Order: sequence, then C-alpha cells, then structure tokens
Amino acid sequence: MQRIGVFVCWCGSNIAATVDVNAVTETLAKEPGVVYATNYQYMCSESGQNLIKDAIRDQKLTGVVICSCSPRMHEATFRKAAASAGLNPYLVEIANIREQCSWIHKNKEEATEKAIILGRTAIAKVQLNAPLIAGESPVVKRALVIGGGIAGIQTALDIAEAGFEVDIVEKKPTVGGKMTQIDKTFPTLDCSACILTPKMVEVAQNDNIKIYSYSEVEAVKGFVGNFTVSIRKKARYVKEDICTGCGLCTEKCPQKNVPNEFNLGLDTRRAIYIPFAQAVPKVATIDPNYCTKLNTGKCGVCEKICTAGAIDYTQKDEIVEQQYGAIVVATGYNPIKLDNFEEYAYSQSPDVVTSLEFERLMNAAGPTGGVLLRPSDKTHPHTIVFVQCVGSRDVSGCGKPYCSKICCMYTAKHAMLCREKYPDTEVYVFYIDVRTPGKNFDEFYRRAVEEYNVHYIKGMVGKVAPSGGKLKVQASDLLNNEQLHIDADMVVLAAAIEPDKSARPLATMLTASMDTNDFFTEAHPKLRPVESPTAGIYLSGCCQGPKDIPETVSQASACAAKVIGLLAKDKLTCNPCVAHSDELMCNGCSSCANVCPYGAITYVEKEFRQPDRTMLVRRVASVNPAVCQGCGACTVACPSGAMDLFGFSNKQIMAEVDAICK
Amino acid sequence: MENLEIARELERISGVNPRKCMKCGKCSGTCPAYDKMEYHPHQFVSMVETGRIEKLLESESLFTCLSCFACVERCPRGVEPANIIEAVRLMKIRPQNENHLHAEQIPELLDENLPQQAIVSAFRKYKK
Repeated sequence: MQRIGVFVCWCGSNIAATVDVNAVTETLAKEPGVVYATNYQYMCSESGQNLIKDAIRDQKLTGVVICSCSPRMHEATFRKAAASAGLNPYLVEIANIREQCSWIHKNKEEATEKAIILGRTAIAKVQLNAPLIAGESPVVKRALVIGGGIAGIQTALDIAEAGFEVDIVEKKPTVGGKMTQIDKTFPTLDCSACILTPKMVEVAQNDNIKIYSYSEVEAVKGFVGNFTVSIRKKARYVKEDICTGCGLCTEKCPQKNVPNEFNLGLDTRRAIYIPFAQAVPKVATIDPNYCTKLNTGKCGVCEKICTAGAIDYTQKDEIVEQQYGAIVVATGYNPIKLDNFEEYAYSQSPDVVTSLEFERLMNAAGPTGGVLLRPSDKTHPHTIVFVQCVGSRDVSGCGKPYCSKICCMYTAKHAMLCREKYPDTEVYVFYIDVRTPGKNFDEFYRRAVEEYNVHYIKGMVGKVAPSGGKLKVQASDLLNNEQLHIDADMVVLAAAIEPDKSARPLATMLTASMDTNDFFTEAHPKLRPVESPTAGIYLSGCCQGPKDIPETVSQASACAAKVIGLLAKDKLTCNPCVAHSDELMCNGCSSCANVCPYGAITYVEKEFRQPDRTMLVRRVASVNPAVCQGCGACTVACPSGAMDLFGFSNKQIMAEVDAICK
Repeated sequence: MENLEIARELERISGVNPRKCMKCGKCSGTCPAYDKMEYHPHQFVSMVETGRIEKLLESESLFTCLSCFACVERCPRGVEPANIIEAVRLMKIRPQNENHLHAEQIPELLDENLPQQAIVSAFRKYKK
C-alpha cells in the first residue's frame, strides 16, 4: 500500500494569492494513498525542506507530491531533500501550480480547481513510480569550440589555460573573425588588429589548442561528456604543414579578378590567397571556384614557383572524427543583406556602403590603404551621411525586429574618425534613438557631437537617389519638423546584424534550441546565460545575441568557466529516465531507431523460445542508456508498445490523463 | 483639443494601430509631398494617437497626400501612415455626404497619359 505525502507551497503570494492552498491541501488529503498533506509558505526554503524530510521519516512515506513551481525550477532541490531522508529521489513528483496555474489565472475559484486537478494528476502518477538509480558516465577531457572569432579564441584560451585540450573549428582559412576586419574599437579607439593578433598568435602557439581552419562540423553524435564530432577539413590544395606562408604564389597567380571577401569585395585577390598578412595559420589556400588549374587542368604557376613544394592539386576533403566532453558554439554574426532596402540605393551606387565596408575603407590594411576614398571615383568625400537602424527594429518583415546593439557606437566611432582625419568633411548621422549604455559609451557619443561637431539628426533617411555623381539624400528632421535634402558624397548604412547562416544547421546537429531570429537560446536568460538548455553545449559571443567586443569577451570567459567546471569532473550522473524495450513485444520494425534524434537505439539478433519449445532468432531493439536522453519519441513511434520510458511510462501517463478526466 | 473617441474610430476605420509607431520619421523622410503639407505623415500618426483630430480635419494636408504609399512601403514598424491619412479623409468626406469625384465622371476626365496609379490614387482620395 502506498503512503503518499502531499506538500502544497504558497510561494509567498505567487501561488497563495490566486490558489486557495488550504482547500487544495484538504481536498488532496482525501485522495487514495495519501496519508499526509500540508502546506507551507516557502517549501523550497530550508524549513520547508525539513518539513518534507521529517514527514518522509515520521510518516514512512513511499511517495511525495509537491505542488509548487515548475519542475525546471526546483525538482532537483526536492529530489535531493527526499534522497537525504532516505527516499529514492525518483519517487518525488512535482505538480506545477505556479507557472501553469496561479500565474496564468485570475479567478481564484477556477485556479484552485485546476490546482487540485494538477495535484491529483501527480498523485496518480506517483502511485506508479518505481525507484530509479542514476548511472554514471565518464567525461572526455577535451572541448570543441566552433568558430574562431574573438569569442571562440577567448573561450579556447581560457579553457587551455586551465589545462584542458581544446580544438577550434573555423570555416574560414584563418581564425580571427570579424574583428580582423575592424579598424578601431570603441570607446578607446585602440587598433583592433593590435589587440587581436597577439591573441591569434597565442592560440596558434598554445600546446593545448589545435586549430582546424578551413573546416566545418559535419556531424555530432553523443551527449554531454561524450560527444563524437565529425569535422570536415576542406581541401585547400596546399599542404598546411609544408607551406611557409611566404606569399610568393599569391603574387604570381595569373587569376587576378577574384572578389576579395576580406575587403568585402571592395578589391580583388588571386585564386591562391592568404586572407591577410597576420592570418593564423599563415598558409595559402586555393579558391577552387576560380583556380584555372583546378577548373581546366592548365596553369600550375603556383606549383612551379613554390620552393617548399606545398601545392597539391589532388588534395581532397578529409573527415576527422574526434571525441569531446563539451561543445562551445561561437559562430558569430554577419550584417544582413540589403536587398529589401532599395530606397537607400545600395545596389545602385558603389558610394552607398555598409558600415563594415566603411570599416575597410578606413583601415590601413584595407583596399585604399586607410585613405578614405569614394569607391566610385576614388575622390575624397566631403559630405557623408550615416543612416542608423537599417533593418534593425524592423517588424515589417524587411529586416530584424531586434536592436542590433552595436550600431550606435560604431557609427559614433566612424563619424568621429571621419571628422578627426578629415576636418573638411561634413558628417550627418540620422538616428531614431541613440542607445549607448556601457562604460564610457555615452561619453564617447557625446564627444562625437560636442567636440567633433558631428551633426546628429533625430529622423530617418527616406530615400537616396544617385544623381550626377552625388547622392541625393532625402530625410526627415523630426525635432525641427523639416524635410532635409542633402547632396552627399557617400552614404553609410548601419546594417542590422544577424546570426551566421551556419548556426541553424548546427543547432539541429547539436539539438540546441534557437529563437525565431536564429539566435541560440540560453538555459536561463538571467541565471544561465552561457549554457544552452542542451547539456554540454555552451554559448559564446554573438550566436546568442548581438554583442560588442567587451561583452563578447566577458561572455567567452564565462563560457570557458562553465566548460572547465564540466571537464574538471571525472564522471557525470546520467539521467535514469531513459527508454527501454520489451524484447518480447518488439517486432524489430525500426520505427524507434528512425525517430531517435540521438542514435541511441541499435538492433540485436536474439534467440527466443517459442510456445512449442523451438528456438527462434528475432531482431529486437536495444537502447544504449548512456546515449538516450529520455525524449520519449520512440515510445510514441513504437507500433507494438514495446518501447517505454523509465519514470514516464505509458501506464503512468495514462494514469495522469485519467486523473485529469475524472 | 483632444478627442480620443474619434481617434479610436479612426483606428477602427483604418485598421492602423498608431501606438506601433516608434517615431523614426522615415515616413516623413520618404514623403514626396512633404513641402506641400502642413502636417506631415509622422504627425498624422502622432495626432491620431493622441486624439488631436480637429486640427487634422481642418487641414489642407488631407488632400495633398498623393496616396503614393511610399510611407506604407518603407515604415519599419508596419504602421501604414497613408492608411491613417485615408481614414481621416473619409471622416471628413462622409459626414458632408459629398464626394469630390464620382465613378461616372471618370471616363470623360480620363487622360490617356495619366499613370494608372494616379487614377487609383484619385479614387482613394476623392471617392467615398
């Protein structure tokens, strides 16, 4: 006979204000099997937990139902309390009467009724709960960082510093990410390359870090502590260990007209190239889309002049398989495409540029050697118009609904640098709001206005029309209630930023959740900001949301701390609520294996004795409990009802449904 | 003078929620008839939001709007200022029970060279 205890929490007024906790307690006390029922102001507090522990001992409880907040909040707390009183922790059930009841209802009578039903449901389930013992699984002491920008670099360095091995997978030929393309960094205006390149070198030289450049993650299997990752090393047609990075090939290659992605297509490179002088690894890469030798079989200039003999036209993509305990996502961002914003004439005039392109035009290592020249006629621009919020805060469907966060500051930086280097330029910034929270950020923006005399205008540019070598800008000045017409030489668009396109397929591989904007979701928006809800997956940098460099670096280090915390453990406790198959009922149809997202189900040939005492070999499903995450997809897919989940058996769920419908 | 009752009625007629406006001014930045208007597209939205309707009803701006819909096309918040202006026009015209233009007048007024959009626009402006 079951002896069940029911504990109803008030959660201060969170539950008690909407739910009559006394009525719930009294009603549930009459349920079959319930021998003890009480309520308390804060069940999760120490005295609340003691109440539960004492009742377990005194009343010899065989099951506990706690009517409180979501199990996501305190299930672990209450299970621990039960375990310390000698009750198997899996004999504790939570009825969520806060998030799913008191918080969403106003009518006390209805909410109380619902709380009683939810409590009764949990009681029906706990009647059928069986004690479960959690197993343990080892932790592979190696981390994978996907993305080699500043976020990935910082996370990798911090993990390596703690003595663990880290691999960085970077899809470009060099690590460094967006920060390599940036000229100066706000609010101190120190040179981006000067602070980044030492870190890139550090990554390359650290014995604990291995860089897979020009590589992509192909497949991910396994679970926290035990991931198996396939990495595709794309053929760069250059032997990485032999190439000295002398760069001779990149000067002699006859294919000169390849758009240079490092300068965002503002100039050209050769078909064999090193992205920039400080690239890590400093190794040449052949672009197979443009290489004459690879496409026609003729040429071979680079092979002839390479004294090291590093060129290998026969190189093929290589797949490397590697084990990891933790995976860090640091896939970063990109500015959005501006196809939906034809009014700014981006596609019509080369003098309308994005802010990142402007960054290259101001950069000493950029296409103009750091001299600001109009892309169309290489003359000095005298009037420059900056447009903020291009595609940000846009719910019309053309752009992104969120604020891209970094644009106000980099636009202030660009405007300031323009006025500093070229005092003869007139600089206009059109803004909707200037958002500059952050240490020394607002002061920076005010300096642009007060000391550098940048014209900040509250309003938006409505259209840009190229005409006679000028850009006719029509805009509103809301504070003066005027429409402005400016003949500009250049227009700079602060394009919204979006997560890298590789993030979505990667999230699918990792079974990590994303929001509607393709930013990775954190396990808790405030309290677990660098972890994904999927165990063993961590988030670093802009893949989680728009961020500037200081914030990215802080998050990257926070992420590393979490990874180190995991890798420092020798064993992890497994979730015992996993699937298992009843071999006598399994007909070997493979339905479960087809739906399993973790690859936890395999098939074995097994001998069974038939009623006539002859033996029969049948193919039956077998679940690897270390890999199974207990999602339950197989239990639904199984046509013969052979698959069941510990802790959430079909019988238990039916009992819950019955209790609700009673 | 504020008249929130009329303002809510205008929201109903136009199907526009002026509170969606984030005051960026792109509508007025894009408006080709800006200089001909006493009140500009962003002001229409704001005046309807705050119920300052009477001034709008008296203003010539109602009929200087070209109905080119550039503001609707470019508004990042999907506010549709032209639709709100259209609703104010209807509010002006309907009680007077007089249309400036009747469908039967169109054929004789039709100029072959007139862009289609202008005809549709005129209809939007002058017809009930």
